[in-house]
Amino acid sequence: MNEDRELESDGGSDHVMEAYRYPDGSLTYPGHPLGPGGEEPTGTVDLSEYVAEVITWTTSTATPPGVRQPNTLAIVEFDVEGEPVRAIGQVTTEEIEIGDEVRPVYCQELREPGAGIREPASQEWDGFRFEPVE
Amino acid sequence: MERVAIIGASMTQFGQREEWIRELLSEAGQACLEDAGVAPDAIEHLYVSNMASGEFEGQTGIPNALAHDLSAIPAYTARIDQTSSSGGAGVYAAWQSVASGASEMTMLVGGEKMTHRSTAEATDVIASLTHPVEYKHGVTLPSFAGLTARAYLETYDAPRESLGKVAVKNHRNGVDNPHAQFQKEVDLDTVLESPVVADPLRLYDFCPITDGSAALLFCPESVAREYADEYAVVSGIGGATDTHVVHERADPTTMGGVVNSSEQAYEMADMRPEDVDVAELHDMFTILEFLQSEDLGFFEKGEGWKAVEEGVTDRDGELPINTSGGLKSKGHPLGASGVAQVYEIYKQVVGEAGPRQVKAEAALACNVGGFGNCVTTTILEGQQ
Repeated sequence: MNEDRELESDGGSDHVMEAYRYPDGSLTYPGHPLGPGGEEPTGTVDLSEYVAEVITWTTSTATPPGVRQPNTLAIVEFDVEGEPVRAIGQVTTEEIEIGDEVRPVYCQELREPGAGIREPASQEWDGFRFEPVE
Repeated sequence: MERVAIIGASMTQFGQREEWIRELLSEAGQACLEDAGVAPDAIEHLYVSNMASGEFEGQTGIPNALAHDLSAIPAYTARIDQTSSSGGAGVYAAWQSVASGASEMTMLVGGEKMTHRSTAEATDVIASLTHPVEYKHGVTLPSFAGLTARAYLETYDAPRESLGKVAVKNHRNGVDNPHAQFQKEVDLDTVLESPVVADPLRLYDFCPITDGSAALLFCPESVAREYADEYAVVSGIGGATDTHVVHERADPTTMGGVVNSSEQAYEMADMRPEDVDVAELHDMFTILEFLQSEDLGFFEKGEGWKAVEEGVTDRDGELPINTSGGLKSKGHPLGASGVAQVYEIYKQVVGEAGPRQVKAEAALACNVGGFGNCVTTTILEGQQ
């Protein structure tokens, strides 16, 4: 679908769901400074341009401070030109099943920063929810 | 290398306690010294297993505080934090301190004070171990359990009721544990009709929030004989990690840390899974008992649920699991849990488990941190 971007590149969309690619061809989301075999990543892939399949899901009713209630979550798997890479995230609906096809949709604030224990400035709070593909 | 012995053990009442962390640790520590007949000034190393006393209570520096309260000055002290597996990591550290020759008398005390916080606050403190990409979505440890339980039931065609039977079994065992938070049986209908927490899991699939403490005394086997006719030896121990980001694991129903840590423990003990007579597993959620019983090699992958259905893991079954009531019934004061698991298998191998006693020459404890992120597996054998 698209070629790998260079690390630290600021090209393309303002909102990217960035997976790292490593020398052995594998991908991870999120990226890590060192990947399989202790090798540094060679590039990134924007997963927001792909669709994924639901591996499993849950609806959590006992949510921590600053989190929507109920909170439906899914682990999904993307197929990036034959290379699988998984991600976790909120689902836009409670109507979801294993095997469903979903696409990432951008959300400016997934959880209220500062409502929980984590320091608001220590991480980002926007990201991508998963929406079933009709 | 001389074998490492455990010569004393104690645990406080688990549940909702008025005492704060310093008092809970001191209570368990004093009881452990009394149990072993060891004077405080004999302690050379003192470890405290605790996940979050600073976050829960605003009290840090607890190993030094405990050394002072136990009159164990000038013992070397350190706090061991490995989230929910802090207790198991403390057992590993205490074993290392004696096995290395650095200490001839090491005390380990695990504890946590949690119940003054709301469920939402306590859940968030525990969820703070997650990666930022997990935390911002509101991912919690219970939600990992729901995600994994659905994958397990789907993959292995297991009935939802089998998870409920773990809760029923462990509550039944907890009735005979005077230290357990819940000393009452529950029936399967109650479990299956309780409120949904993380679909498909319900309230009774989860352990409670708990205050409590537990302690163990370690020394070389040659020293143990000075204090006790009956003691336990750490015949095997192993520790391992798995991915911090849980969804990166190839198989969501396999805990690599359990596999790797148990392989180390079995090799050190020169044992196989079938040599284990009784086990304490980290049933923070019912699904975890299935995963660990399989990843420890007790049952084939996808068969753990059948063992529960067939009564194999009952107290009078072929392989009793969680005779203490497990975290499910006994409670889960984070830093204390791994220590309390070893307390139970110590009592089993020295024949002091009272109405919970089973025939046990070799016993195993598996303590899990995060959602399988960090694991310690310990094997004890009794010596007379």
